[in-house]
Amino acid sequence: MEKCKERLYNGLIKENPTFVLMLGMCPTLAVTTSAVNGAGMGLTTTVVLVMSNMLISMLRKIIPDSVRMPAFIVVVASFVTIVQFLLEGFVPALYDSLGLYIPLIVVNCIILGRAESYASKNPVLPSVFDGIGMGLGFTVGLTAIGIVREVIGAGEVFGMRVMPSSYEPVTIFILAPGAFLVLAGLVAIQNKVRAVLAKKGRNMPKTGCGEGCASCGNSACNGKIFAVENEEQKGREEQK
Amino acid sequence: MSGNFNISSSPHIRAQITTRDIMIYVLIALIPAACFGIFNFGISALTVIAVTTLSAVITEAVYQKLMHKRVTADDCSAAVTGLLLALNLPPAAPWWMCVLGSIFAILIVKQLFGGLGQNFMNPALGARCFLLISFTGRMTTFVYNDVVTSPTPLAAMKAGESVDVLDMLLGNTAGTIGETSAVAIMAGAIFLLVKGVIDLRIPGTYIASFVIFIILFGGRGLDGSYVIAQLCGGGLMLGAWFMATDYVTSPITKNGKILYGACLGILTGVFRLFGGSAEGVSYAIIISNLLVPLIEKLTLPKPFGKGGER
Repeated sequence: MEKCKERLYNGLIKENPTFVLMLGMCPTLAVTTSAVNGAGMGLTTTVVLVMSNMLISMLRKIIPDSVRMPAFIVVVASFVTIVQFLLEGFVPALYDSLGLYIPLIVVNCIILGRAESYASKNPVLPSVFDGIGMGLGFTVGLTAIGIVREVIGAGEVFGMRVMPSSYEPVTIFILAPGAFLVLAGLVAIQNKVRAVLAKKGRNMPKTGCGEGCASCGNSACNGKIFAVENEEQKGREEQK
Repeated sequence: MSGNFNISSSPHIRAQITTRDIMIYVLIALIPAACFGIFNFGISALTVIAVTTLSAVITEAVYQKLMHKRVTADDCSAAVTGLLLALNLPPAAPWWMCVLGSIFAILIVKQLFGGLGQNFMNPALGARCFLLISFTGRMTTFVYNDVVTSPTPLAAMKAGESVDVLDMLLGNTAGTIGETSAVAIMAGAIFLLVKGVIDLRIPGTYIASFVIFIILFGGRGLDGSYVIAQLCGGGLMLGAWFMATDYVTSPITKNGKILYGACLGILTGVFRLFGGSAEGVSYAIIISNLLVPLIEKLTLPKPFGKGGER
């Protein structure tokens, strides 16, 4: 159970996919025009992520290593298709506003990244909680970006007017450039918070490399970043 | 380090002129356009200019103070940015829009990328485009002679109406505060040319390539009054002489400046003739700003003794 809690904390805060790992930037920038869209996209991805992590973890001893990527994609695509039909049937409004980005969940790097780096190496229960943690982390990230963009760009939160009626919305924030501005601003704020916490003595790894490569979503790195980080850390200590 | 052994990288010959001097020259050169804007649009233009310039300088000082950097607000570069932004705003712009534009120009376009010399696009134009996208209605509604929404000459021309070329030269038309009078802008530009602050390459090739583009694709052929109206209308004069020549965001190589000017002219022509809105100078300049590193790489001069025939 301890392991499961750790996975939740890891996904939500330590390796938050949006603000720390910077994964899944395409839906992050494209669909967060409002808080509802952000939360909807996040939850949809969470469902797919949990299910695919679970199934891939179950099949991890059956899938041969050489064809694991096609196998993962088939699993993920099946769940995305199911979720897409469910959304179309039960929440058509959300289905319309997310549009093309629902089928694109298949190639979301968070889902494939977690399958590759966690679910295919770990038992079912931690994998499920890894999926929940990462998915909720993604949801929180997207909803936060969506809320900021909606408040500034439309004066509303979840469709309710929050700014005084004399407030004139800064339209650029619900257009594409606003996504970059808000994402950069939020990442800057959370980097600052991390720096302050680190100063107070709480150990916060700078990148997602703190736990080593087993829990990292960046499968393209192959341990290079971790090696560089370690070298830098050593260098810093020697200088002291 | 002792004065006798001061080892530094080139340049070893230093000019006496400082950043501050150049910025003050630019400010002086902008005075005719600003004064004409105030004369043309009345007290509201003065308010816009004052609020925008002041908030730009304050933003720079406050940011540098908060970030524990050396406060360089007295080098007047923030004042130039603020004044240029003000000249690019409609005279009826409300005060909060001026402040927001200044903050965006100084904080996001300039300081977050490292301050003066590091900004990747012209801060004043970046802010103008930010405001134009956000508040399209307010930025394109011009009040002139108490007539609300009188069209700018360019918009009128795009709609197929005829315009008075002499009025456009002098500036008795609707438009943003600083762009209307070609004569006032030219007076400032000549001052800068004489002082050696800007050279003719960028504005010259900009205007020349724009004229060629208009003659080729404008549909009026060699119609003198149409070409002059296109040149004097909109932000072209202000952009060509004061914003395209910004040191930070224009190429430093000689051939690069010519290439950059040609890019500007063609882009402006494309936006004006084939774009949705009548005006295209600000987008042309900020897009060309982004091309500058590439242009400089392409036109890097060969060191003496390298290259050539074997």
